[in-house]
Formats: sequence, C-alpha cells, structure tokens
Amino acid sequence: MISLLLILLPLLTGLAAFFIKDEKLVRTWALLTSLATLVVSILGLCCMNDTKYLEYECEWLPSLGASFSLKMDGAAQLLCLLNTIAYPLVFIAGWDKTYKNAKNFFALMLFAQAGIMGVFLAADALLFYFFWELALIPMYFLCSQWGGEKRIAVTFKFFIYTFVGSLLMLISILYLYGQTPDHSFSIESFYNINLTSKQQSLPFWLMFVAFAVKMPIFPLHTWQPDTYEQAPTSTTMILSGVMVKMGLFGLIRWLFPVITGASFMWGDVVTLIAIIGMIYASLIALRQDDLKRLVAYSSIAHIGLLCVGMFTQNASGMQGVMIQMFSHGINIIGLWIVVDWIERKTGTRKMSELGGLAQKAPALTMFFVIIALANIALPLTNAFVGEFLIFNGLLGSFTQYYVWYTVLAGISIILGAAYTLRMIRKVAYGETNEITASVKDISLNGRLALGIIVVLILAAGIYPQPILDLTSGVTDSLVDKFDIIRKALLK
Amino acid sequence: MNALILSAILGVILMFSGILLKQKAAIRNIAIAGMVLLLVVNIMEMCGTVFFNVNTHGMIVFDRFALLFTTIAFASTLLYLLLSARDMEKVGVNYAEYFTLIFFILCGITLTASFKSLLILFLGIEIISIPLYILTGSDKKNLKSNEASLKYFLLGAFSTGLMLMGIALIYGAKGTFDTASINVFTEGKPSLLLVTGMLLLLFSMSFKVSAAPFHFWTPDVYDGAPTVFTSFMATIVKAAVFIGFIRLFDEAFGLMQPQWKLFVAIIVVATLFIGNITAVFQQSVKRMLAYSSIAQAGFMMMAVYAMNTDAKEGLLLYAVAYSFATIGIFAVLIKMKDYTFDGFNGFAKHQPLLAATTTIFLLSLAGIPLTAGFLSKFYMLKAALAAGNNLWLVIFAVVMAAVSVYYYFRVIQAMYFKEGDAPPIEVSRSFKWTLVVLAVLVIVFGIYPDLILSHLYF
Repeated sequence: MISLLLILLPLLTGLAAFFIKDEKLVRTWALLTSLATLVVSILGLCCMNDTKYLEYECEWLPSLGASFSLKMDGAAQLLCLLNTIAYPLVFIAGWDKTYKNAKNFFALMLFAQAGIMGVFLAADALLFYFFWELALIPMYFLCSQWGGEKRIAVTFKFFIYTFVGSLLMLISILYLYGQTPDHSFSIESFYNINLTSKQQSLPFWLMFVAFAVKMPIFPLHTWQPDTYEQAPTSTTMILSGVMVKMGLFGLIRWLFPVITGASFMWGDVVTLIAIIGMIYASLIALRQDDLKRLVAYSSIAHIGLLCVGMFTQNASGMQGVMIQMFSHGINIIGLWIVVDWIERKTGTRKMSELGGLAQKAPALTMFFVIIALANIALPLTNAFVGEFLIFNGLLGSFTQYYVWYTVLAGISIILGAAYTLRMIRKVAYGETNEITASVKDISLNGRLALGIIVVLILAAGIYPQPILDLTSGVTDSLVDKFDIIRKALLK
Repeated sequence: MNALILSAILGVILMFSGILLKQKAAIRNIAIAGMVLLLVVNIMEMCGTVFFNVNTHGMIVFDRFALLFTTIAFASTLLYLLLSARDMEKVGVNYAEYFTLIFFILCGITLTASFKSLLILFLGIEIISIPLYILTGSDKKNLKSNEASLKYFLLGAFSTGLMLMGIALIYGAKGTFDTASINVFTEGKPSLLLVTGMLLLLFSMSFKVSAAPFHFWTPDVYDGAPTVFTSFMATIVKAAVFIGFIRLFDEAFGLMQPQWKLFVAIIVVATLFIGNITAVFQQSVKRMLAYSSIAQAGFMMMAVYAMNTDAKEGLLLYAVAYSFATIGIFAVLIKMKDYTFDGFNGFAKHQPLLAATTTIFLLSLAGIPLTAGFLSKFYMLKAALAAGNNLWLVIFAVVMAAVSVYYYFRVIQAMYFKEGDAPPIEVSRSFKWTLVVLAVLVIVFGIYPDLILSHLYF
C-alpha cells in the first residue's frame, strides 16, 4: 500500500502538472505533492512499517513470469526517504527561479521521482528494468530542454552511456531468468538461482557495467562531469543526490544476493578500479576552476568510496555505505544549492573570479562551510560516521591487499580535504572584487533549504543509530550470504 | 476464409467505384467502411463464425496464428487509412485504384499468413508484390518514383524467379508442395536438392523482407515511392512477409535447422549491422526510416532464427509495435514539406501534440520500456537466448539497438531542443485523435501485451 502510493503519487501528480498553466500554481503544486510523498514515506517508516503495508503484488505478465510486485526492505526505505526528502528541498531551493514551460519541467521532475522510486521498490527483475529506464527518460528531456549551452550533445552522451549499460543489464537479467528454477522474474526466484562459478562472471560484469555507469565508476564516468555541468541545477541535484544511488542500490538488491560468488571473486578487481577512480577524480578536482565541475569530480571520488565500501562485503563496510548513501545525497544537494546561488548572483562559477563572499553573504558562507566540512567527513557530521565505518570495514575485509586499499583510499580522502578547503578559501575568503562586491545574502527559501540540510547533517552525525537499525537487516542477510560463499570457497 | 474472399470482392468494388463515383470523399468512405467490414468479418471468424466454406484441400488453413495476424494487419491498415487516405489524393488522379490495390495486397497478405502449400505462398507473395510495383510508381510524373518502381520490379521479379526455382527443386526432392510433407525425413539427412531449394527460398524471402545482403533495393524504393505508400509497404506488408517467412521455416523446414541456422544468423547480424550503421549517416528522415526498417527487419529475423514459441508470439507483437509506430511517424512525415532532420527543428513549438505522439512512436522504435517496441524487442532477445548458446548474437543485437537510439533521438532533438521554424502544418481534428489513439495503443501494448497475445490461444 505504502509502496504503491510512493510510486503513484508522483506519477499522477506529475501527470496533473502537465495541465497547470500558471507557473506559480504549478510550482506550489509540485512542492505540496512532494511534501505529501514525504509524509507517506515517513508514515511507512514510523507507524505503518508492517510488511502488509510495505509490500504490494498484483498480476502483470503471467505468460512471462513477471508480476508487478513491490518490496520495501530497510535499504529501500532509506533511499525512498532520501528521494522524498530531496524533492521538497530542490523545490524550495528553486522557489525563486523561473522556467520556460514550467508545467513541463515540474511534471518531468515528478515523473523522474516516480521512476527512481520504482527502482528502489521493484521486486521483480523485469519491473526493475522498466523503472530503471523510466527514470532516465524524464531526465533526458529535462537536461536537454533546460540545460546549458552544450546540453544536447552532453545529455545525449549521458543517455547513450546509460542506455548501453542498461541493455547489457537486460541481457544479464534474461540470462539469469533462463536459470531460474520456475522461469520467473520475481526476486525470490532470482535469489534461488544456483550458478556454477564459471557461469557467474559474464552476468556479473554485464550487470555491474550498468550499475557502474550509473554510479559512475572509473572509467565509465566520463558522462558525469559534463552532464552535471550542463544540466539545470535542480535536475543535477536529483541526478547526483538520488539517481546515482540507483547503481549502489542495484548492487545491494540485484547483484550481491543473486550472483554472490562472482561478486566475491571479482571484489578485488572492482575495488582496485574504484580506488583508481577515486584518486584520479580527486586529482582532477584539485585542478578545477569551475565550481560545478569541482563538485562533480568530488562526487565521483565519494561514490568510488561507496563502491569500495560495498565490496568490503562485511557488516561494517556495508553499513557505512548505507549511511553514506543517505549523507552523500543530502550533502551534495546542499553543495549544489550553494553553487547554484553563487552562479545566479554573480554570473560566474569560476573560483578565480570569486572571493570575499564571507563579508557580503555571511549566512550563505556559514552554510557553505558546514556543508563543505561534511563533505570532507569531519567528526560530528553525517559523512564522518559513514566513512569511518567504511574504512573500518575495509581494514577488516577479507582481501589480502586491504592495507594498500586503505592507504590509497585514505590518500583520496586527504585530497578531498585539500580541494574542498581550497574551494572554501577561494570562494568565501580573501578580498572582494568587482564581481562579488555587490552580492546580497541568500534569500529566505535558500536559507530554509540549507537550514534543513544542516540540521540533517548534524542529526545524522551525532545520532546515526536509527539509520543503522533500519538497514542492519539488509546488510546482515548479505553478510550471511557472503559467509556461506567464502566458506565454500575455502574448502 | 472470410477475409480472403471479402478482400478480393472489396478490391473489385473499389475498382468500379472509381468509374461510378466522382467524389473522392465518397470513394474514401467506401474504402474505410470496407476496411472496417473486413476487420469485423475477420474477428468474427476468430470467434467461430465462418461465412464462406471453400474446400481448399488443406492448402490454406486459418489457424489462430494466421487469423490473429490478419486481424493485426487489418487493424493497422484501418488506422493507416484513417490517417493517410486523404494524402493519397495528392499522389495522382487514380484515387480509387490505389485503394483497389491495397485491398488486393490485403488479399495476398491473407494468403501469405495462412498457406500450407508452397504454391499458395508463391501466390500470396506475388499478389502482394505486383500491386506494390504499381503503387511505387504511382507518382507518374516523378522521375524518382519511376526509377524506384522499375528497380523494384526488376529485382523483385528476379527474386520471384529464385523462389520459383527453389519451389521446383523442393518439389523435385519431395514430390509435394505441402509444407507438412516436406518436413518429413525417412532417410536421416535431407538431400542436396532439398537443401538447395530451401536456401533459394531463404534468399528470396530475405529479399522480400529486405534483410541484408538482399536489402539494396530498399532505401531507393522506399525513398522514391510516394510517402503514403512507403508507409504501407514498410510496415504491414513487411510484417506479413515475415509471418510467411516464419511459417515456412517452421512448418516446412523445421527439422532442417542445422542446415539453415548459420545462414539465418549471418543474415541477422548483417541486417542489424548494415541497417543501423547506415541509418546513422542519413540526412533525410524518410531515408533514415527506410534504413530503420532494415534494422528492425534484423530484429524480426531473430524470430526466424530462434524459432520457438516466444519467437512466434514476439513476432506478432513486433508486427504490432513496429507497424503502429512507423505508420504514425510516416503519417506526420507526409504532412511535412521538408524531409530532412533540420526540417523538424522547432516542430514541438507549433505542434505540441504531433510532436508528443511522434516522440512516443520514436521511443517505441528505439525500444524504450513502457512502449510496445520494448517488449517486442524483449521477446526477440528472450527467444534468441532460449534457443541456446548464442549470447554473442544477443549482445550484438543489443549494441545495435543502442546505435539505433542515435538516429531516432535525432528527430526528437530536432523537434524539441533545436531552434528553428518548422513551417506550421494544417491537420484535421480527426487526424490528431487517430494519432493519439495510436500512441495510446503503443503504450497500452507496451504495458500489457497479453491483450494481443492471449488471443493466440483462446
């Protein structure tokens, strides 16, 4: 019931938004409905957290063995919460912006929310694929229509990347479907597949590529900085805050439990690639002058760490990823709000042209600094808890190279501190110049959005236990699966 | 049987209506009413009401598969006529004859879908082809149309010759035209005569569905023919020949799979490759659609390759998805003055509804979920994987599907994101509504294909 509502609400309200001509009205409509969805997801978290509310199933394509079934475990609940929190924040932060064809913009945004929600909830492989693509289509139109100068080519690159990835995933799904005992796409049948270790590698990589493009993991990341730069900032917030989590969530629900053996065997390779990507992205971020691109590369580095955390395949590492998925979503939306505001007020994103904002916009700078510190995982912020757990997991992981991995990942964290602090110094401090001299402080809606984000950052940083409790069921069952495989291999 | 006889009668009626009636609207209304009648009568046969009982000595059998396909073909033709019948007026003066030929083609389609004897297959293919030669050249004053017609006729006649030769060889080997009797082996391996005949049939059928390397006529003919008729022959006719193709290789050559499997695999790969890659470089949307039809034929060939239940169901769904989407796009294209991609620049501003429906059709052709195009491709991939041991083929097909996104999305980009002034076009209210219905159907079948496929069994 709850799960169905979470998909239907944004879908139907998005459809309705197409017919609201007045821009102010449609903006209010989008904000109110996204708040309603947030209420539903909180309801599912607090009072109606019984399986009979969280699961939904009805017949869809019986001849193919696919059904419309939704399931909401702890990880899904967490990410749905992130999705529903992100949307009101984005709408509040963009309250004073005007869009050409506003009704289409908000309708597509809400469609994307429905699609992303479906990805987090689907308990049927075919349905999962459906939603996976459906989340992409509105994004394509959003970025191509309302983006920057080079939007068409850049968005197209993004689309092709993701589309190829997802088609490869489709093959993997079809292959696994052929191996299910009862020829069904349901998640239970997929969990019951028994593959020999030789059969596992190909479907593993086919599926992993789709997720790796989405996250993105080096070397499949090249669409990401361009797209984040060119997309309209509201869309970028959703893309980077929520949509990239689709890839990580895919690992949790569709890759690790289904192809456990290969996930274990290839863990070293993937970890290595992800760590290379982290350092590579951090080094590039260090040399960026454009704020948007800097945040984009920093996001690649952070997501790389999340991927590393997933592949530690132990409780600490994966719990860290769960917290960090939520934190990264919140933090990066905060960063985008700040960057977007700076760009709108000064007309530039270049750090070399900025400076001295702290004198002119103290409130903005305060928020900016807190969020940036959260981005480098200072204690008391949410990211600290997540990264601490991930590193703890990495040191306790079963690979023999864990020391090297920890050292290398640690270097990337240090680089992260370097480029983030450099960004703060260049943007907020120093002397004002003719561009920044006339800047006013952030408006009320921006303060509201950033204020909520800061509260969330501190709350999750000081008391993360609720999130750990929420997701422990998922990580424990994954750890059990990996234990069985590991023991079987050690024999 | 209802549809077969009625379509022939309707063809004759329309031929004379051209002499008796002077108003074009009247002729058009007769044709559309006839089309509705044909569809109803065919559906009645599906429900068990047969008006004509002719003993064909087992040469024609109307089973569920054949009847379901003819229903699909008639429904598509009805939608096609509703959308584009008006535009045929601009082609030339022989308005009634165009409808006549279309009804004769439908007669041939019925034969092709229901044959049990190679002779009937030959008849069906010929009854389809000859009116098509005429329709291709119907724009008599246009040099391109004439050239296309001549080219199509010469090459078509050649492939018909191949087909006859094949049938003759098979008759020589087996002493029968009956498909079921050909598919019986007493002596272990099929004889060389039979294999040669089978290969000749494979080649000539591949020609008719424009599969590579027998596709060379397609771009020129589709481009040269008047756009209204390109729409018809690229969709309904092509799907019908595919139905004949899969029937032939299932019923007559089902046991000879080791002999033809490799050839079909090569044809699939070549068709997918050439169709998709060449389409990328086109500047005209019409020519792009011609190559896209080759590319889509590559996917449909996968059904012939896989040859299992999924393949047959999938082919029916593919026929619907592909025909509906392509008919819709062509219906819009006919209204355009400039066929290049740039001609679509800024189209969405003046015609939001047409642009939105065209986008749905293009998404369907590209195989994006929620449209019928996705599920039909999905069926093809599933069927091919189930046929065993050919992951490479499936991966190749998927990569090619990704390439196809490039040229389909170019049209979307032009319509929505590029600045331009596509000249405003006049369309009637009924045209818009039919287009919306078509788009809704594409989405409905994309979510719930059992609406069609369940009729295959009950």
